[in-house]
Amino acid sequence: MLHYIGRRFLQLIPVLLGMTFIVFLIIRAIPGDPAQMILGQQATKESVEALRENLGLNNPWYIQYFDYLKGLLTGDLGVSIRTNQPISTEIWPYLAATFELAFFAMFIAVVIGMNAGIISAWFQNTWFDYLAMVIALIGVSVPVFWLGLLEQWLFSINLGWFPTSGREEVRDPIMAITHFYLIDTLIQGRYDQFGTVVKHLILPGMALATIPMAIIARMTRSSMLEVMRSDYIRTARAKGQKMFIVVYKHALKNAIIPILTVIGLQTGLLLGGAILTETIFSWPGIGRYIYEAIGFRDYPVIQSGILVVAFLFVIINFIVDILYSFIDKRIKYN
Amino acid sequence: MLLEVKGLETTFFTNDGKIPAVDHIDFKVYEGEILGIVGESGCGKSVTSLSIMGLVPNPPGKITSGEILLEGKDLTKLSEKEMRKIRGKDIAMIFQEPMTSLNPLYTIGNQLIEAIRIHNKWDKKKAANHAIEMMKLVGLRRAEELMKEYPHQLSGGMRQRVMIAMALACNPKLVIADEPTTALDVTIQAQIMKLMQDLNKKFNSAVLLITHDLGVVAEICERVIVMYSGQIVEEAPVMEIFKNPSHPYTRGLIQSVPDMREKKETLYSIPGAVPKPGSIKVGCRFAPRCEFARERCFNENPPIYDVSANHKARCFLLEKGEGTVYDKRAVES
Repeated sequence: MLHYIGRRFLQLIPVLLGMTFIVFLIIRAIPGDPAQMILGQQATKESVEALRENLGLNNPWYIQYFDYLKGLLTGDLGVSIRTNQPISTEIWPYLAATFELAFFAMFIAVVIGMNAGIISAWFQNTWFDYLAMVIALIGVSVPVFWLGLLEQWLFSINLGWFPTSGREEVRDPIMAITHFYLIDTLIQGRYDQFGTVVKHLILPGMALATIPMAIIARMTRSSMLEVMRSDYIRTARAKGQKMFIVVYKHALKNAIIPILTVIGLQTGLLLGGAILTETIFSWPGIGRYIYEAIGFRDYPVIQSGILVVAFLFVIINFIVDILYSFIDKRIKYN
Repeated sequence: MLLEVKGLETTFFTNDGKIPAVDHIDFKVYEGEILGIVGESGCGKSVTSLSIMGLVPNPPGKITSGEILLEGKDLTKLSEKEMRKIRGKDIAMIFQEPMTSLNPLYTIGNQLIEAIRIHNKWDKKKAANHAIEMMKLVGLRRAEELMKEYPHQLSGGMRQRVMIAMALACNPKLVIADEPTTALDVTIQAQIMKLMQDLNKKFNSAVLLITHDLGVVAEICERVIVMYSGQIVEEAPVMEIFKNPSHPYTRGLIQSVPDMREKKETLYSIPGAVPKPGSIKVGCRFAPRCEFARERCFNENPPIYDVSANHKARCFLLEKGEGTVYDKRAVES
C-alpha cells in the first residue's frame, strides 16, 4: 500500500512541474509590461528599465522560469504588486475562507446527493425516484449566479433568515487564528459567533452545493442501479440480510468508486471555480482574490493564485486515487 | 413433508405483456431428500427457486397465485421481515455463478460471519470459529487464512465451496442449489456434487437441485421433476424416469445426453427451441417440437396423468392407459 502511495506521489511531480510551466507561460503571454504596470503610465523609460532589470524580466525565459521554480520550492510565491505583501502569507485567509465554504458545500452535496441517488436506485421507478431525478436535472441546469441572487432575494431580503453576504458580522468581527471561522470561534468558546458563521455559510453553501449535489445524485443512482443487479446482492439478500444493510453495506461500497471520482472533481472545481458565488455573496475567498487581482493587473497574485488552485485540484485527485485502493483491494498497485 | 408448492404462478409484467414464467406448478419436497428440477434454459426452474426464496425481482416479477408451504406455513403470505428470518436460516441458496456471487470488496470471513450472525446472536469470535469449522467441512484447507482473503484470490471451485459453507452455516432445512456446477470445470463439478451429496447425508438438509444436466440428476437425485415452458411435464423417481420416460420431452432430453458406450455420427437433439413462456396459450406447449403431436395436442391442454404410483406426466399419449412414448412409437412403426 505504501509502495503504491509512494509511486503515485512520484507521478505527481511531472504533473506539478508541467502545471507551473503552463501557468508561467500563460502569464507571460498576456500583453503588457509588468514593470510599466507597477510604475504607472508616467514613469520614465530609465526607471522602467531599471525595474525590469531588478525583477529579472530581462533574463532569458528559462532563467526566469528557473528562478520562479526556485522561489516556489522555498515557499516564495512572490510579492503582490497591489499590497506589496508576500503572497504566501497574504493568500492564507482567502484560501481558508474558500476551504470552509467549499467543504461546507461539498458536505451538503455529498450527504443529500448520495442519499437521494441511493434511495432512487433502491426504489427505482417510484415517485421518489422520478421526483429526485427531476430535481437533479433542474439542479445541474440552473445557473449558480441566478440561484444565488434568488436565494438572497427570498431568504435574506424577504424572509430575513440569513445575512445576504460576507463571512461575519461587521459589528462583531471574529478574531482569526486559523482563519477557519468555524474552528476559530469554537476555540475561543464564542458559540454565539459560531452560530453567525454557520448562518453566513448557509446561502452561499446551498448555491455552491446545488450542481455537485445534482451530479452526485445522478452518478450515485446509475452506479447503484448497476450494482444492485449483481449476483452478490442477491446472495446478500438470500442470507436473510436487511435490505438497508444490503444497500448501504454491500451495494454502496461497490458503487462508490465512480461517485468518489465525481466528488473529487467537483471539490476541485469548487476550490477554484467559485468566483461567481464568492462575488455574489462577497465571500473573501480565493476566487475573489484572483478576480480582484485581475482587475488590478496584479500579475504575481494571478500567477500564484492560479498555481495554488491548480495544485489543490491535483492534490484532491491524488487523495481520491489513494482512496480507491483502500476501497477496492483489486486495484493493482502498478 | 418439508415443502409443498401448490399451484404456484409467477408472472413477469413486461412491456410485451404478462409473461407467466412459472405456470401453476405443484410439487413436494420431503425432509432430507435430493430432488432434481430439470429443464432447458428459460423453462422457469430458476424463477421457481427465486419464488420459494421470495427473491423474484419485483418489479417486474410477482407471485400471482398459489401457495408455498414450508412445514405448513405459507411463505407467500409472509411479510418481508418474516421472510428474512426464513432466508438463510430455514432455506438457503447456492447460486450458479461462484465468480460473481460473493461480494468482491469484503473478505470471505466477513461474508461468512455476516451470514452466521444474521440468524445467531453470537459474538464475532464465535461466529468466526463456526465459519472456519464450516469451511473445513466443505473441504477448504487453509480455512483460517481464507478468512482474510478476498474472493478474487480464490478459484471458482473454492468460491463455490465457500458458497456452500455459507448456505449450510445456519443448518437450513432446505438448500436450493441453482445450477451449482454449471460454471465450473468438469473435474471440479464432480467434486462439488460429491460434496453436496455428503453434506446432504451429514446435515440431513433437503436439497432442491436445479440443473439442466441429466447426468448430475442420475448421479445424486432421488426424485426428479422435468419442467418445460413454465410447467411441470413429468415427475418420477430417478430410476423410473430413465427406464420409462413418459413425456416426449423427457425422452428427448435423455436421448440428447451423449453416451460414451455408443459411437454416434450425430447426437440427437430436440428440434426447435423452448417457446417463450406465455406465447403458447392453447394446447400442449411441447406440441410444436413433438414428433408425436397430433391435432388434439394443439387444441387442448393436456392434464397430468398418473403413469404409476409416484410417476406422473403431462401428455395425451398416456390417456386410457395407451402406454408410454416408447410403446406408442412401436405401434406406429
